[in-house]
Amino acid sequence: MTAMTKEDLKKLLFQLLKSIAPDAEPEKLRPDENIREALDIDSFDYLSFIVALDEKLGIETPEEDYGKISTLDDLMNYLSVRT
Amino acid sequence: MIEFTMPSLGADMEAGTLREWHIEPGDYIEHGDIIADVETQKGIIEVECFDEGVVEKLLIKEDEKVPVGTVMALINPVGGEEREEAVVHEKPEKMHETRREPVPHVVSPVVEHHRIKISPLARKMAEENHVDYTVIKGSGEKGAIVKEDIEKAISQEEEQPKSTEEKPGTTTNFREAIAAAMTKSNREIPHYYLEIKVDMSKSLDWLAERNKQRQVKERILPIALLIKAVAKALQQVPDLNATWENGLVKKPEINPGLVISLRTGGIVVPAVRQADRKSIEEIMETLNNLIPRARSFKLRSSEISDGTVSITSLGEGGADRVYGVIYPPQVALIGLGSIKNEPWVENDMLGIRPVLSITLAADHRATDGHTGDRFLKALRQQLLNPEVL
Repeated sequence: MTAMTKEDLKKLLFQLLKSIAPDAEPEKLRPDENIREALDIDSFDYLSFIVALDEKLGIETPEEDYGKISTLDDLMNYLSVRT
Repeated sequence: MIEFTMPSLGADMEAGTLREWHIEPGDYIEHGDIIADVETQKGIIEVECFDEGVVEKLLIKEDEKVPVGTVMALINPVGGEEREEAVVHEKPEKMHETRREPVPHVVSPVVEHHRIKISPLARKMAEENHVDYTVIKGSGEKGAIVKEDIEKAISQEEEQPKSTEEKPGTTTNFREAIAAAMTKSNREIPHYYLEIKVDMSKSLDWLAERNKQRQVKERILPIALLIKAVAKALQQVPDLNATWENGLVKKPEINPGLVISLRTGGIVVPAVRQADRKSIEEIMETLNNLIPRARSFKLRSSEISDGTVSITSLGEGGADRVYGVIYPPQVALIGLGSIKNEPWVENDMLGIRPVLSITLAADHRATDGHTGDRFLKALRQQLLNPEVL
Protein backbone atom coordinates (compact mmCIF):
# COMPACT_ATOMS: atom_id res chain seq x y z
CA MET A 1 0.00 0.00 0.00
CA THR A 2 2.51 2.58 -1.03
CA ALA A 3 0.88 4.18 -4.02
CA MET A 4 -2.37 5.14 -2.31
CA THR A 5 -2.78 8.87 -1.93
CA LYS A 6 -4.97 10.55 0.65
CA GLU A 7 -7.56 11.15 -2.04
CA ASP A 8 -7.51 7.50 -3.11
CA LEU A 9 -7.95 6.42 0.46
CA LYS A 10 -10.88 8.76 0.96
CA LYS A 11 -12.45 7.47 -2.23
CA LEU A 12 -12.09 3.90 -1.01
CA LEU A 13 -13.63 4.74 2.36
CA PHE A 14 -16.61 6.41 0.73
CA GLN A 15 -17.05 3.51 -1.64
CA LEU A 16 -17.05 0.99 1.21
CA LEU A 17 -19.40 3.08 3.32
CA LYS A 18 -21.72 3.39 0.34
CA SER A 19 -21.75 -0.36 -0.12
CA ILE A 20 -22.99 -0.96 3.44
CA ALA A 21 -25.25 2.10 3.56
CA PRO A 22 -26.38 2.67 -0.02
CA ASP A 23 -28.71 5.51 0.89
CA ALA A 24 -26.09 7.42 2.87
CA GLU A 25 -23.98 10.27 1.59
CA PRO A 26 -20.51 9.79 3.08
CA GLU A 27 -19.14 12.66 0.95
CA LYS A 28 -21.13 14.99 3.15
CA LEU A 29 -19.49 13.77 6.36
CA ARG A 30 -17.68 16.45 8.33
CA PRO A 31 -14.12 15.39 9.20
CA ASP A 32 -14.87 15.37 12.94
CA GLU A 33 -18.31 13.78 12.76
CA ASN A 34 -18.94 10.35 14.26
CA ILE A 35 -19.32 8.17 11.16
CA ARG A 36 -21.62 5.58 12.68
CA GLU A 37 -23.98 8.13 14.15
CA ALA A 38 -24.02 10.38 11.09
CA LEU A 39 -24.69 7.56 8.63
CA ASP A 40 -26.82 5.50 11.05
CA ILE A 41 -24.64 2.40 10.80
CA ASP A 42 -25.15 -0.34 13.38
CA SER A 43 -22.42 -2.45 14.98
CA PHE A 44 -22.98 -5.30 12.54
CA ASP A 45 -22.53 -3.07 9.49
CA TYR A 46 -19.57 -1.28 11.06
CA LEU A 47 -17.83 -4.61 11.59
CA SER A 48 -18.53 -5.45 7.93
CA PHE A 49 -16.99 -2.10 6.99
CA ILE A 50 -13.83 -2.81 8.99
CA VAL A 51 -13.60 -6.32 7.54
CA ALA A 52 -13.83 -4.89 4.01
CA LEU A 53 -11.33 -2.16 4.81
CA ASP A 54 -8.84 -4.64 6.23
CA GLU A 55 -9.21 -6.85 3.19
CA LYS A 56 -8.72 -3.99 0.73
CA LEU A 57 -5.74 -2.54 2.53
CA GLY A 58 -4.19 -5.78 3.70
CA ILE A 59 -4.16 -4.75 7.35
CA GLU A 60 -5.58 -6.17 10.56
CA THR A 61 -7.41 -3.71 12.80
CA PRO A 62 -7.44 -4.87 16.42
CA GLU A 63 -10.72 -4.58 18.27
CA GLU A 64 -9.29 -2.21 20.88
CA ASP A 65 -8.59 0.28 18.08
CA TYR A 66 -12.24 0.56 17.01
CA GLY A 67 -12.64 3.49 19.37
CA LYS A 68 -9.80 5.34 17.62
CA ILE A 69 -11.51 5.34 14.26
CA SER A 70 -14.89 6.90 14.85
CA THR A 71 -14.49 10.00 12.65
CA LEU A 72 -13.23 10.48 9.11
CA ASP A 73 -10.19 12.38 10.37
CA ASP A 74 -9.34 9.64 12.89
CA LEU A 75 -9.78 6.97 10.26
CA MET A 76 -7.58 8.76 7.71
CA ASN A 77 -4.83 9.33 10.25
CA TYR A 78 -5.06 5.81 11.59
CA LEU A 79 -4.89 4.25 8.15
CA SER A 80 -2.16 6.51 6.79
CA VAL A 81 0.14 5.33 9.58
CA ARG A 82 -0.68 1.68 9.03
CA THR A 83 -0.78 1.40 5.25
CA MET B 1 -52.68 -36.41 -0.17
CA ILE B 2 -50.93 -33.49 1.47
CA GLU B 3 -52.25 -30.04 0.71
CA PHE B 4 -49.51 -27.45 0.49
CA THR B 5 -51.04 -24.10 1.35
CA MET B 6 -50.00 -20.46 1.10
CA PRO B 7 -48.07 -20.06 4.33
CA SER B 8 -48.52 -17.22 6.76
CA LEU B 9 -45.21 -15.45 7.11
CA GLY B 10 -46.21 -13.32 10.07
CA ALA B 11 -49.25 -12.17 11.98
CA ASP B 12 -49.62 -9.36 9.49
CA MET B 13 -49.80 -11.38 6.28
CA GLU B 14 -53.13 -11.75 4.51
CA ALA B 15 -52.12 -13.02 1.09
CA GLY B 16 -49.12 -13.70 -1.10
CA THR B 17 -48.31 -13.76 -4.80
CA LEU B 18 -46.71 -16.88 -6.17
CA ARG B 19 -43.78 -15.63 -8.23
CA GLU B 20 -42.09 -18.87 -9.20
CA TRP B 21 -42.51 -22.58 -8.71
CA HIS B 22 -39.27 -24.45 -8.09
CA ILE B 23 -41.05 -27.77 -8.59
CA GLU B 24 -43.22 -29.49 -11.16
CA PRO B 25 -45.53 -32.50 -11.06
CA GLY B 26 -43.57 -35.70 -10.61
CA ASP B 27 -40.73 -34.05 -8.67
CA TYR B 28 -39.62 -35.74 -5.48
CA ILE B 29 -39.31 -33.29 -2.59
CA GLU B 30 -37.75 -33.65 0.80
CA HIS B 31 -38.27 -31.94 4.14
CA GLY B 32 -36.88 -28.39 3.92
CA ASP B 33 -36.76 -28.12 0.11
CA ILE B 34 -37.48 -24.68 -1.27
CA ILE B 35 -40.43 -25.20 -3.54
CA ALA B 36 -41.60 -21.69 -4.43
CA ASP B 37 -40.86 -17.98 -4.33
CA VAL B 38 -43.71 -16.02 -2.81
CA GLU B 39 -43.97 -12.26 -2.88
CA THR B 40 -45.32 -10.60 0.26
CA GLN B 41 -45.29 -7.10 1.64
CA LYS B 42 -41.88 -7.91 3.01
CA GLY B 43 -40.34 -8.86 -0.28
CA ILE B 44 -39.85 -12.13 -2.12
CA ILE B 45 -39.56 -15.05 0.27
CA GLU B 46 -38.30 -18.53 -0.53
CA VAL B 47 -40.93 -20.94 0.75
CA GLU B 48 -39.92 -24.32 2.07
CA CYS B 49 -42.03 -27.44 2.34
CA PHE B 50 -41.75 -29.61 5.41
CA ASP B 51 -43.27 -32.71 3.89
CA GLU B 52 -41.73 -35.44 1.85
CA GLY B 53 -43.30 -36.87 -1.24
CA VAL B 54 -43.97 -36.55 -4.93
CA VAL B 55 -45.60 -33.45 -6.38
CA GLU B 56 -49.00 -34.46 -7.72
CA LYS B 57 -50.37 -31.21 -9.03
CA LEU B 58 -49.75 -27.46 -8.96
CA LEU B 59 -53.03 -25.63 -8.40
CA ILE B 60 -51.83 -22.04 -8.57
CA LYS B 61 -50.20 -20.40 -11.53
CA GLU B 62 -47.18 -18.15 -11.27
CA ASP B 63 -48.01 -14.49 -10.62
CA GLU B 64 -51.30 -15.32 -8.93
CA LYS B 65 -52.13 -13.75 -5.61
CA VAL B 66 -53.98 -15.95 -3.13
CA PRO B 67 -55.03 -15.58 0.51
CA VAL B 68 -53.12 -17.32 3.27
CA GLY B 69 -54.37 -20.89 3.60
CA THR B 70 -55.22 -21.40 -0.08
CA VAL B 71 -54.14 -24.81 -1.34
CA MET B 72 -51.30 -24.24 -3.79
CA ALA B 73 -50.17 -27.76 -4.58
CA LEU B 74 -50.97 -31.38 -3.85
CA ILE B 75 -48.19 -33.67 -2.69
CA ASN B 76 -48.33 -37.44 -2.58
CA PRO B 77 -46.72 -38.44 0.71
CA VAL B 78 -43.96 -41.00 0.74
CA GLY B 79 -45.44 -44.48 1.21
CA GLY B 80 -48.91 -43.00 0.79
CA GLU B 81 -49.03 -42.03 4.46
CA GLU B 82 -50.35 -38.62 5.27
CA ARG B 83 -48.57 -36.62 7.92
CA GLU B 84 -50.28 -33.77 9.62
CA GLU B 85 -47.04 -32.10 10.69
CA ALA B 86 -45.61 -29.59 8.20
CA VAL B 87 -44.96 -26.21 9.69
CA VAL B 88 -46.12 -24.46 6.57
CA HIS B 89 -49.19 -26.63 6.42
CA GLU B 90 -50.43 -25.96 9.90
CA LYS B 91 -49.63 -22.29 10.31
CA PRO B 92 -52.53 -20.93 8.27
CA GLU B 93 -54.92 -22.68 10.64
CA LYS B 94 -53.57 -20.60 13.45
CA MET B 95 -53.90 -17.49 11.41
CA HIS B 96 -57.61 -17.84 10.75
CA GLU B 97 -58.34 -15.81 13.80
CA THR B 98 -55.97 -13.13 12.66
CA ARG B 99 -57.54 -13.01 9.25
CA ARG B 100 -60.90 -12.19 10.70
CA GLU B 101 -59.46 -9.28 12.59
CA PRO B 102 -60.29 -5.83 11.33
CA VAL B 103 -56.66 -5.07 10.59
CA PRO B 104 -55.99 -2.92 7.54
CA HIS B 105 -56.55 -5.13 4.53
CA VAL B 106 -53.73 -4.68 2.15
CA VAL B 107 -55.24 -7.07 -0.33
CA SER B 108 -58.75 -8.42 -0.48
CA PRO B 109 -58.85 -12.12 0.24
CA VAL B 110 -60.65 -13.72 -2.68
CA VAL B 111 -60.99 -17.45 -2.42
CA GLU B 112 -60.65 -19.43 -5.62
CA HIS B 113 -59.76 -16.32 -7.54
CA HIS B 114 -57.41 -18.39 -9.64
CA ARG B 115 -60.47 -19.06 -11.72
CA ILE B 116 -60.73 -15.39 -12.55
CA LYS B 117 -60.76 -14.76 -16.26
CA ILE B 118 -58.36 -12.10 -17.37
CA SER B 119 -56.73 -11.42 -20.71
CA PRO B 120 -52.93 -11.69 -20.78
CA LEU B 121 -52.62 -8.01 -21.70
CA ALA B 122 -54.90 -6.95 -18.86
CA ARG B 123 -52.97 -9.09 -16.42
CA LYS B 124 -49.69 -7.55 -17.55
CA MET B 125 -51.09 -4.04 -17.22
CA ALA B 126 -52.48 -4.85 -13.78
CA GLU B 127 -49.13 -6.20 -12.62
CA GLU B 128 -47.19 -3.24 -13.97
CA ASN B 129 -49.51 -0.76 -12.34
CA HIS B 130 -49.94 -2.75 -9.12
CA VAL B 131 -53.66 -3.07 -9.62
CA ASP B 132 -55.27 -5.89 -7.66
CA TYR B 133 -57.33 -7.41 -10.48
CA THR B 134 -58.90 -9.98 -8.17
CA VAL B 135 -61.38 -7.35 -7.02
CA ILE B 136 -62.26 -6.05 -10.49
CA LYS B 137 -65.47 -7.04 -12.22
CA GLY B 138 -64.70 -7.89 -15.82
CA SER B 139 -66.65 -6.39 -18.70
CA GLY B 140 -65.40 -8.78 -21.39
CA GLU B 141 -66.83 -12.03 -22.64
CA LYS B 142 -68.20 -14.22 -19.78
CA GLY B 143 -67.07 -11.60 -17.29
CA ALA B 144 -63.41 -11.72 -18.32
CA ILE B 145 -61.29 -8.78 -17.26
CA VAL B 146 -60.00 -6.89 -20.26
CA LYS B 147 -57.65 -4.00 -20.94
CA GLU B 148 -60.41 -1.38 -20.51
CA ASP B 149 -61.25 -2.65 -17.00
CA ILE B 150 -57.66 -2.22 -15.89
CA GLU B 151 -57.44 1.26 -17.44
CA LYS B 152 -60.57 2.21 -15.54
CA ALA B 153 -59.15 0.84 -12.30
CA ILE B 154 -55.92 2.77 -12.82
CA SER B 155 -57.71 6.05 -13.42
CA GLN B 156 -59.88 5.48 -10.34
CA GLU B 157 -56.85 4.72 -8.24
CA GLU B 158 -55.11 7.87 -9.39
CA GLU B 159 -58.00 9.92 -8.10
CA GLN B 160 -57.71 8.37 -4.65
CA PRO B 161 -54.73 8.52 -2.34
CA LYS B 162 -52.74 5.36 -2.88
CA SER B 163 -53.06 2.98 0.02
CA THR B 164 -53.00 -0.43 -1.54
CA GLU B 165 -50.16 -2.70 -2.40
CA GLU B 166 -47.04 -1.33 -3.97
CA LYS B 167 -43.79 -3.04 -4.79
CA PRO B 168 -42.74 -5.53 -2.13
CA GLY B 169 -40.38 -4.29 0.49
CA THR B 170 -41.33 -0.64 0.07
CA THR B 171 -41.59 1.60 3.08
CA THR B 172 -45.38 1.86 2.68
CA ASN B 173 -45.81 -1.90 2.67
CA PHE B 174 -43.57 -2.38 5.64
CA ARG B 175 -45.37 0.28 7.60
CA GLU B 176 -48.72 -1.29 6.82
CA ALA B 177 -47.52 -4.74 7.87
CA ILE B 178 -45.97 -3.42 11.07
CA ALA B 179 -49.02 -1.27 11.78
CA ALA B 180 -51.32 -4.29 11.50
CA ALA B 181 -49.22 -6.52 13.77
CA MET B 182 -48.54 -3.86 16.39
CA THR B 183 -52.14 -2.69 16.49
CA LYS B 184 -53.27 -6.26 17.06
CA SER B 185 -50.65 -6.65 19.77
CA ASN B 186 -51.58 -3.50 21.63
CA ARG B 187 -55.28 -4.19 21.34
CA GLU B 188 -55.21 -7.82 22.44
CA ILE B 189 -52.16 -8.35 24.60
CA PRO B 190 -52.15 -7.04 28.17
CA HIS B 191 -48.44 -6.27 28.41
CA TYR B 192 -46.49 -6.12 31.63
CA TYR B 193 -42.97 -4.77 31.81
CA LEU B 194 -39.97 -5.57 33.98
CA GLU B 195 -36.43 -4.27 33.87
CA ILE B 196 -33.09 -5.41 35.21
CA LYS B 197 -29.66 -3.78 35.05
CA VAL B 198 -26.70 -6.02 34.44
CA ASP B 199 -23.00 -5.33 34.93
CA MET B 200 -21.62 -6.38 31.57
CA SER B 201 -17.92 -6.12 32.42
CA LYS B 202 -17.40 -9.87 32.73
CA SER B 203 -19.19 -10.64 29.49
CA LEU B 204 -17.43 -7.88 27.54
CA ASP B 205 -13.98 -8.72 28.93
CA TRP B 206 -14.51 -12.37 28.13
CA LEU B 207 -15.58 -11.49 24.59
CA ALA B 208 -12.68 -9.06 24.04
CA GLU B 209 -10.23 -11.72 25.19
CA ARG B 210 -11.66 -14.26 22.77
CA ASN B 211 -11.83 -11.77 19.93
CA LYS B 212 -8.11 -11.05 20.29
CA GLN B 213 -7.40 -14.55 19.00
CA ARG B 214 -9.65 -14.06 16.01
CA GLN B 215 -9.26 -12.48 12.63
CA VAL B 216 -11.42 -9.42 12.03
CA LYS B 217 -14.04 -11.29 10.04
CA GLU B 218 -14.40 -13.94 12.72
CA ARG B 219 -14.97 -11.47 15.51
CA ILE B 220 -18.03 -11.83 17.64
CA LEU B 221 -20.35 -8.98 18.49
CA PRO B 222 -21.98 -8.72 21.93
CA ILE B 223 -25.39 -9.44 20.38
CA ALA B 224 -24.36 -13.06 19.65
CA LEU B 225 -23.49 -13.58 23.30
CA LEU B 226 -26.72 -11.89 24.39
CA ILE B 227 -28.83 -14.12 22.13
CA LYS B 228 -27.17 -17.20 23.62
CA ALA B 229 -27.74 -15.92 27.14
CA VAL B 230 -31.42 -15.25 26.40
CA ALA B 231 -31.83 -18.74 24.93
CA LYS B 232 -30.23 -20.38 27.96
CA ALA B 233 -32.39 -18.35 30.34
CA LEU B 234 -35.47 -19.42 28.38
CA GLN B 235 -34.50 -23.04 28.93
CA GLN B 236 -34.99 -22.34 32.63
CA VAL B 237 -38.21 -20.36 32.14
CA PRO B 238 -39.89 -22.03 29.13
CA ASP B 239 -43.24 -20.29 29.70
CA LEU B 240 -41.86 -17.23 27.91
CA ASN B 241 -40.80 -19.25 24.88
CA ALA B 242 -44.35 -19.79 23.78
CA THR B 243 -47.35 -18.51 21.91
CA TRP B 244 -50.82 -17.60 23.17
CA GLU B 245 -53.57 -19.37 21.26
CA ASN B 246 -56.47 -19.34 23.70
CA GLY B 247 -53.99 -20.84 26.10
CA LEU B 248 -50.26 -21.05 26.58
CA VAL B 249 -48.53 -23.20 23.97
CA LYS B 250 -44.91 -23.83 24.90
CA LYS B 251 -42.57 -24.30 21.97
CA PRO B 252 -40.25 -27.29 21.75
CA GLU B 253 -37.46 -25.24 20.12
CA ILE B 254 -35.96 -21.98 21.32
CA ASN B 255 -35.82 -19.79 18.21
CA PRO B 256 -35.25 -16.16 19.20
CA GLY B 257 -36.12 -13.72 16.43
CA LEU B 258 -33.81 -10.74 16.21
CA VAL B 259 -35.43 -7.46 15.19
CA ILE B 260 -33.42 -6.11 12.26
CA SER B 261 -34.13 -2.58 11.15
CA LEU B 262 -33.92 -1.92 7.46
CA ARG B 263 -32.26 1.16 6.09
CA THR B 264 -35.27 1.86 3.92
CA GLY B 265 -37.50 1.85 7.01
CA GLY B 266 -39.32 -0.97 8.73
CA ILE B 267 -38.13 -4.12 10.45
CA VAL B 268 -37.91 -7.84 9.86
CA VAL B 269 -37.50 -10.46 12.56
CA PRO B 270 -35.63 -13.54 11.31
CA ALA B 271 -35.19 -16.37 13.79
CA VAL B 272 -31.93 -17.81 15.04
CA ARG B 273 -33.06 -21.41 15.26
CA GLN B 274 -32.26 -23.48 18.32
CA ALA B 275 -30.02 -20.76 19.72
CA ASP B 276 -29.75 -22.65 23.02
CA ARG B 277 -27.97 -25.48 21.23
CA LYS B 278 -25.64 -23.30 19.19
CA SER B 279 -22.28 -22.02 20.36
CA ILE B 280 -21.77 -18.25 20.42
CA GLU B 281 -19.57 -18.65 17.34
CA GLU B 282 -22.35 -20.50 15.53
CA ILE B 283 -24.84 -17.80 16.48
CA MET B 284 -22.52 -15.14 15.05
CA GLU B 285 -22.16 -17.20 11.86
CA THR B 286 -25.94 -17.40 11.64
CA LEU B 287 -26.20 -13.62 12.05
CA ASN B 288 -23.54 -13.08 9.39
CA ASN B 289 -25.73 -15.07 7.08
CA LEU B 290 -29.14 -13.77 8.18
CA ILE B 291 -28.61 -10.02 8.53
CA PRO B 292 -27.37 -9.27 4.98
CA ARG B 293 -30.15 -11.47 3.55
CA ALA B 294 -32.74 -9.77 5.74
CA ARG B 295 -31.56 -6.39 4.47
CA SER B 296 -31.76 -7.50 0.86
CA PHE B 297 -35.18 -9.17 1.33
CA LYS B 298 -33.88 -12.69 0.71
CA LEU B 299 -35.13 -14.59 3.73
CA ARG B 300 -36.73 -18.01 3.70
CA SER B 301 -40.27 -18.60 4.88
CA SER B 302 -39.26 -20.62 7.95
CA GLU B 303 -36.75 -17.97 9.02
CA ILE B 304 -39.57 -15.45 9.25
CA SER B 305 -42.22 -17.69 10.76
CA ASP B 306 -40.16 -19.86 13.15
CA GLY B 307 -39.53 -17.25 15.86
CA THR B 308 -40.74 -18.27 19.32
CA VAL B 309 -39.72 -15.07 21.14
CA SER B 310 -38.26 -11.74 19.96
CA ILE B 311 -35.20 -9.74 20.89
CA THR B 312 -34.84 -6.08 20.05
CA SER B 313 -31.47 -4.46 20.54
CA LEU B 314 -30.84 -0.74 20.34
CA GLY B 315 -27.11 -1.05 19.79
CA GLU B 316 -24.49 1.31 21.09
CA GLY B 317 -24.65 4.94 22.02
CA GLY B 318 -28.41 5.33 21.88
CA ALA B 319 -31.39 5.14 24.20
CA ASP B 320 -30.86 3.49 27.59
CA ARG B 321 -33.74 1.05 27.39
CA VAL B 322 -36.60 -0.10 25.19
CA TYR B 323 -40.12 -1.08 26.23
CA GLY B 324 -41.15 -3.35 23.39
CA VAL B 325 -44.44 -4.38 21.84
CA ILE B 326 -44.87 -8.16 21.65
CA TYR B 327 -45.06 -9.74 18.19
CA PRO B 328 -48.23 -11.85 18.29
CA PRO B 329 -48.85 -14.71 18.88
CA GLN B 330 -45.58 -14.73 20.88
CA VAL B 331 -45.82 -13.94 24.58
CA ALA B 332 -42.56 -12.13 25.27
CA LEU B 333 -40.14 -9.61 23.87
CA ILE B 334 -36.74 -8.91 25.34
CA GLY B 335 -35.40 -5.38 24.92
CA LEU B 336 -31.70 -4.65 25.10
CA GLY B 337 -30.67 -1.04 25.66
CA SER B 338 -27.27 0.39 24.89
CA ILE B 339 -24.37 -0.54 27.14
CA LYS B 340 -23.09 2.53 29.00
CA ASN B 341 -20.58 3.20 31.73
CA GLU B 342 -22.47 3.97 34.94
CA PRO B 343 -21.76 4.28 38.66
CA TRP B 344 -22.26 0.85 40.20
CA VAL B 345 -22.34 -0.35 43.78
CA GLU B 346 -20.93 -3.77 44.54
CA ASN B 347 -19.91 -5.06 47.96
CA ASP B 348 -20.55 -1.57 49.34
CA MET B 349 -17.96 -0.14 46.96
CA LEU B 350 -18.75 2.40 44.30
CA GLY B 351 -17.22 1.79 40.90
CA ILE B 352 -17.83 2.35 37.20
CA ARG B 353 -19.18 -0.51 35.12
CA PRO B 354 -20.51 -1.03 31.59
CA VAL B 355 -24.20 -1.45 32.35
CA LEU B 356 -26.94 -2.91 30.18
CA SER B 357 -30.63 -2.32 30.86
CA ILE B 358 -32.62 -5.37 29.87
CA THR B 359 -36.38 -5.10 29.69
CA LEU B 360 -38.99 -7.76 29.33
CA ALA B 361 -42.38 -7.11 27.77
CA ALA B 362 -44.59 -10.10 28.49
CA ASP B 363 -48.19 -11.17 27.91
CA HIS B 364 -50.07 -11.12 31.22
CA ARG B 365 -52.59 -13.65 29.91
CA ALA B 366 -49.77 -16.16 29.58
CA THR B 367 -47.54 -15.41 32.56
CA ASP B 368 -47.28 -13.25 35.66
CA GLY B 369 -44.62 -10.87 36.86
CA HIS B 370 -43.06 -13.59 38.96
CA THR B 371 -42.26 -15.64 35.84
CA GLY B 372 -40.80 -12.58 34.15
CA ASP B 373 -38.70 -11.84 37.20
CA ARG B 374 -37.34 -15.39 37.27
CA PHE B 375 -36.40 -15.07 33.61
CA LEU B 376 -34.54 -11.78 34.05
CA LYS B 377 -32.64 -13.15 37.03
CA ALA B 378 -31.69 -16.26 35.03
CA LEU B 379 -30.54 -14.04 32.18
CA ARG B 380 -28.42 -11.90 34.49
CA GLN B 381 -26.87 -15.05 35.89
CA GLN B 382 -25.87 -16.14 32.40
CA LEU B 383 -24.26 -12.78 31.64
CA LEU B 384 -22.31 -12.79 34.88
CA ASN B 385 -20.86 -16.18 33.95
CA PRO B 386 -20.07 -15.93 30.26
CA GLU B 387 -17.60 -18.81 30.39
CA VAL B 388 -20.45 -21.31 30.81
CA LEU B 389 -22.50 -19.92 27.94
